[in-house]
Formats: sequence, C-alpha cells, structure tokens
Amino acid sequence: MSKSTLTRRGLLKTSAVAGAGLATPTVFGGAAWSAGHTGFTNAPEGSTVTLGFNVPQTGPYADEGADELRAYELAVEHLNGDGDGGMLPTFSSKVLDGTGIMGKKVEYVTGDTQTKSDAARASARSMIEKDGAIMITGGSSSGVAVAVQALCQEAGVIFMAGLTHSNDTTGKDKKANGFRHFFNSYMSGAALAPVLAANYGTDRKAYHLTADYNWGYTTEQAIKESTEAIGWETVNTVLTPLTQTDFSSYIAPVLQSGADVLVLNHYGGNMVNSLTNAVQFGLREAQANGKNFEIVVPLYSRLMAKGAGANVKGIFGSTNWHWSLPDEGSQAFTRSFGTKYGFPPSQAAHTCYVQTLLYADAVQRAGSFNPCAVVEALEGFEFDGLGNGPTLYRAEDHQCFKDVLVVKGKENPTSEFDLLEIVEITPVEQVTYAPDHPQFAGGALGTCNPGA
Amino acid sequence: MLGLNKKDMNLLLLVAGLVIFAPFILNPFPEGSELAQFNAGYPDLMQRFVIFGIFAIGFNILFGLTGYLSFGHAAFLGVGSYAGVWMMKLLTMNVVPAIMISVVVAGLFSLLIGYISLRRSGIYFSILTLAFAQMSFALAYSVLTPLTGGETGLQLSLNDPRVLGISATETGSIPVTHFFGLEMRDSFELALGSWLFTFNAGYYLCAAVMLIAFYLSIRIFRSPFGMMLRAVKSNQQRMKYTGLNPKPYTLAAFVISGMYAGLAGGLMVSMDPLAGAERMFWTASGEVVLMAILGGAGTLIGPVLGAGLIKYMENILSKINSTILHEWFAFMPDGIEDVMVTLVYPFIGKGWHLTLGIMFMLVVIFLPGGLVEGGQRIARLFRRRGAKTDDSGAEQSQNTPAE
Repeated sequence: MSKSTLTRRGLLKTSAVAGAGLATPTVFGGAAWSAGHTGFTNAPEGSTVTLGFNVPQTGPYADEGADELRAYELAVEHLNGDGDGGMLPTFSSKVLDGTGIMGKKVEYVTGDTQTKSDAARASARSMIEKDGAIMITGGSSSGVAVAVQALCQEAGVIFMAGLTHSNDTTGKDKKANGFRHFFNSYMSGAALAPVLAANYGTDRKAYHLTADYNWGYTTEQAIKESTEAIGWETVNTVLTPLTQTDFSSYIAPVLQSGADVLVLNHYGGNMVNSLTNAVQFGLREAQANGKNFEIVVPLYSRLMAKGAGANVKGIFGSTNWHWSLPDEGSQAFTRSFGTKYGFPPSQAAHTCYVQTLLYADAVQRAGSFNPCAVVEALEGFEFDGLGNGPTLYRAEDHQCFKDVLVVKGKENPTSEFDLLEIVEITPVEQVTYAPDHPQFAGGALGTCNPGA
Repeated sequence: MLGLNKKDMNLLLLVAGLVIFAPFILNPFPEGSELAQFNAGYPDLMQRFVIFGIFAIGFNILFGLTGYLSFGHAAFLGVGSYAGVWMMKLLTMNVVPAIMISVVVAGLFSLLIGYISLRRSGIYFSILTLAFAQMSFALAYSVLTPLTGGETGLQLSLNDPRVLGISATETGSIPVTHFFGLEMRDSFELALGSWLFTFNAGYYLCAAVMLIAFYLSIRIFRSPFGMMLRAVKSNQQRMKYTGLNPKPYTLAAFVISGMYAGLAGGLMVSMDPLAGAERMFWTASGEVVLMAILGGAGTLIGPVLGAGLIKYMENILSKINSTILHEWFAFMPDGIEDVMVTLVYPFIGKGWHLTLGIMFMLVVIFLPGGLVEGGQRIARLFRRRGAKTDDSGAEQSQNTPAE
C-alpha cells in the first residue's frame, strides 16, 4: 500500500523541477515516495486545495442533493472569505479566518452519486484519482454513505458523511476515515419515545411499515426498542418494497390488526406516498381500542413534508435541524443561505455545510491535511455555535452527539417552507448511547489510513 | 496466426494497440490546462472502459449473432460480482479465484435462466429475461440482505475469515486486492513535460483479460458455431426445417455471454471490492443494450466502442458543473456568458443522460450500423479512388448486417 495511489499534482511539480519538456520517468518505490512527498494521498500542492462534493443529482433524492450542493457552494464561499461568513463567526472554534484552509484557496469538484453505491464509488474514485480531492463529502442515502466511506478508507482520504441516518454508518460499517454529523435511527427512537408517551400514553399498540432496505431495518429496530421500553406493544412489522408507490394494500390491514398507532419507517418519496395513502384511508379520524388512531414518522425532512402537503399536520417525527431554530448559528446560516438562494435551507443542506466547516477547522487546528492528523483533530472534538448546541464528535465511533429535534407537522403553515414546528429539543444526554450498544455492534473503526 | 485470417489479426492488433496505449490516448491534454477536464486516463475510468468492453462483447455474442435481445444481462454481472466478493471474503485477496468463481457462478445462473427464457423468442424472451433480472435485483436488494449486503452492497470488513490470507493488515486496514502479490491499485506514473500518464496494474490485468475475451469472440464469430448462431438470427424456422435444433445453440450462446458478464463482474470487484445491488437493476441491463447498438451490434469492435463512449460520458460529462462552464465562457461579455452557460448547462452535469439520449437518437437515425458504420463511411470517403473497400470492419458488417 505504501507505493500506490499517487498524487498527480505532486508528481507534476517534481517533474517540472527536473526539467520541463524532458522525459522524466519516475518509478515509485517506497523510499522514493517518502522522500519526495508529504506522505499521504493527494497532498495539496500550490495555493489551492480540492474538495469533492459527491451528491445525488439524479434519482429519488435529487432534491436533497441539489440542496446539499447549494450548501457546499456556500461553505466554500465562506471559507474563502466571500459572502457574509455564515456560521464562521458563531462557530466556537475561531481558527478559520476566511483565507481558505491553511491559507490555501478552497476549490471543489462535483459528482453525481445517482443514489447508487456503484455510481457513487465511481464518482468518488474519479475525484480522488483524477481531480486530486483530499476530502469527499455528501450523499443522501446510507447505502451510498457506507460504500463511499469504505472507499475513502481504502484510498486514504477523509469522508465527511452528508445525510445518512442508518445506525450502520457509525455502527457496524464505521471507518476510521469517516465522520458523521447527522443523527441516527437510535437517536430518533430515543428522542421520540418520551414525546410519544406524553402525547399518546404508554398503553399503545404499534404497527410498523418499513422500507425494505438497510436504513428501514435499523430505524424499525430503534423505534421498536425505544417504544417498547415505554410500555408500547408492537403488533406487527411489515416490510414494503423500496420501489412501491401505492401503499393501499399495506395500509388496509392496519385497522383490523388491533393496532392504534402506525409507524412509517419510510423516507423520501416512500414516506410521501405511504402517508398520503394512510390519510386517504381515514386513519387519522379512525378510532382503535377506544383511542384516536395516530401516525408517527421517525425521520422527517422539510422536502418530504412539502411533498406530503396537508397530510403531515399533527404528525410527530424527528429531525436533525430546522431552519426556525432560534440560536445564533442557525439564524446566521439560514440568513446567508436565504440571501443567496431565496429560501431557507433543509436539514441536508445544514449537515453538509457544517461538515465542510468542521473539516476545514480540523485541518486548520491540526496544521496538516494529513488524514491521520485530521482524524486526531476531529476525534473527541467539542464545539458549539453550528446550530445544534454543544456537540461532541465521539472518538469511539466518529458520530456527533447533540440535541435532537422532535417536530410535528404544523397545523397552520404560513408558507411552503414553514411546514414543521419544533415540539421538543431532546437534550443530548437522552440520545447518547454506549459505543458498543447492540444496535451498533459488529464493526471496528480500524486505524486511520493516510494512503500513499 | 492464432487461427485468425489477416483482417481479423489486424483488428486484434489494433484493439491491442489501443488498449496498451490507452493511458496515452486517453490523456491528450496537459495537466492543469482547461481541457484537462476531458482527460479520461485515470485508473478507475480506464478499468471501467475495458470491463464494460468485456461485458458488451459478451452481450454481442448473444444479441449480435442470434438476435435474441436479453434485457436482463446485468443480473449475470451482479451475480458474478457477489460471487467474487464472497471469494475474497472467505478465501483470498488474490483476484484469480475471485474471477474464476465469478465466471462459473454467472455461467450456472445463466444456464438456469437461459433454459427457461429460451423457451420463447422475440419480445417474450426479452420480457422473461427482464423479469428474471428484476427478480434478482429485488432479491439482492432486500430479501437476501445477509448474503448480498442489501442496499449498502456487499463489502469486505476487518473480520472476514479469509482462509488463505490475513483478515487485516498490521496497520489495521483491510488488505487490498492483488494478482500474486501485484496490488491492483499500484500505479506507475510517467511525466512528459506537463503531460502525466498513469499506468495502473489493475488496468493492465483487465486489459489482458479483455484482449483474451476479444480474441475468443473473434474465434466464435468465425467458427461453424458462430455460423449456426447467425442462422438462428436469419431464420429460425428454416433452420428447424432443415433438421437442426436451434435451442442448444442459443442456450450455449446465452451461457457464453452470461459468463462474459460474470467475468466483467469479477473484474469489477477485483478492481474495487464492493458489489452493489444496483448493478443488477434493469437500467444497467439497458445500458449494455445501448452500448451494443451505439457501437454497432453484430460487429466485433462496435460494442467495445459503445461501452467506451457511454462510460466516458457518464464519468466525464457528468462532472462538469456550472462553475466550470463559467470558467470556459469567462472570456465573453457578462451577458453573453450567462446566456451561453444557460444554453449549455442542461446538457452537462446531471443532464448527461440528455446528451447521451440525443447522441443515441442521432446514431440510430443516421448511422444504423452504429459507430462502426460511421468509421466505415469516413474510411470510404478517403479511399473512394480505391477499386475495392478493403476494410476489415466493412467486411464484417456486410457479412452481418446490424440490427
């Protein structure tokens, strides 16, 4: 491994010194490598540094991808000292001064993950091999995040996950070079359960409809375990195909099952369709076991709420961040995003923006782009002012621990962006778990890989 | 030589030349220049070119020769990939066993599917293969998650048993794929002035395999067996009336092309050890049909060209974003620059599918024989004086008119 994955730019420089125009074949053995180089993949040379933004531009999560890309462009602008600085002034760490990262101007390349593991890896590999990207970030699906994270581990660059909610990303598939700011299924369950108990009582019978893939499984497990802990009973869990668009046949048996709560472990278009079907079937007005029938959506996003329209009214769910949060950081970010694009950012945009800043800050603090130095700077890093209150990047699994928002569909939305209201900000202590929690068991971080 | 006539030998040598010198051919622009964006000579994409070339060559043996349009070929590629990754997880990181098991498993799987699907022909056959492929995808994506990794894909982990190897290196990372010790990601770089050429070990392994696959395909095209397959395409009824049973021939062609797909899958995971369910999705099957038609179905080199073109567009065009466009048109006055960017933007980045679609339409309408026909027309322009066209490609296409 010590002699592969080379830096194109670095090599160029070396050869330019040796004499432009002259053929200078260079074979890389281990020794020659360490002498001529700083010893890690894509070490930035010259006055710029390249980041790779790998987001879904086509496919089911294209909306989220587009919003993520906007956030990345904004982050690059702020890092380079353009615009109003966004969250830089509110960020508790003050080493970033708007002169890029370590004085190098930030440049970026973009790619399309197509929300497919294969395409995402191809795109990430081309960023690393062709464009010399030192860090890859983005994604709007856990499958892609896990796949790209593994690739970055092998290639020796840092991966800053975008929107990925499955426990596995920092659970059984965690990697030393990968970091996640977004919350996860377990946290959703832990945050939602007390709110559900307070609103719907502790004597409920739940029926789960779960998207039939990785994220669905971990979310179902998390919600099931945390609601059973407050005394609920799980009547049935049914898997639905990811490509399903009509859920009527899955909704119809719910009322006869004796359940009085329906949990929709669906995301994106799936959730929009299943919720709409459930509401059309009159589940909101129904009575079961002498109680009002209720619906719960564990992971909410503004883009989904928009798709489901009036159907989300009064329905509980959890989210990582919402633009209406009153703290200084959130306000600053919403303001600068709104000024540039004319509408408030989504939670996907927020997490991507924050991840970029966190990476830049870690490099600056570490004083090196070396992935191992960055890993060290991020592990156990405590920060504030980025919209979620005091946050810890836990060293054991590279997961951020911060407050989680429990939200509810707004009864009287004032605009198409104002669809969710914050019910409760669940404090971080309540969603923290041990690194070896059974829902996260089975993986190992390994050691950081600087590549090259 | 090698049992080939002179024309075929020339074609094989041409392909060999292209493949060996690909790092030069694909990197025509100096590093750091504006046009470096269009360079395709980095290991990942070069590997993809030849791997999908193999996939398309195999597909062409079925589609180009027998005329049976399989719409589920990606399933064999996917099955091969899974088999390959399991081999790496359980046995060794050496790519040879992985590739072999990929071919075998894909062959068995295609025998099963072919045996059932080939009971019908024409559109019914296509629909059957499509249905099987979608079933395989659905199984891989959810039902068989313990075996396939589901949505995340099957990947290596630090605690794989790996009988003939180590589970993790001393530094605590997953060992990399190798060919008897030669790591697939090893590269040798050659700088000539401001040009930079990358020679990647994995690429050359794939390239060697591809040349063998291409050679075999020429032999199949020229063999009596290939003649039988053409007979199936031209008139199956007639073949039956002359007392020949076409089924064994079509089934053999189906299995051979399934094994080619498995070979491609095995090589894919040897270069990048992860198998995702998406590579079995019907769009992936459709892609190989596009490759064959775009390049020229029924010709020897066409599918390889088609595969290269599609992969190039997918990987290069899709990465151009509006910032890059603004740089290109920066020399223009502001107003015109914005207009130009607005005009070009829908065709690049996420719009690469649109460009591909337009190109496909143009090729099908004006060059029904695919890119190969385009090449022939150009060649004919240059040798109009010549008494007789002596182009090997032209000869083939006269033998086997494209679909």
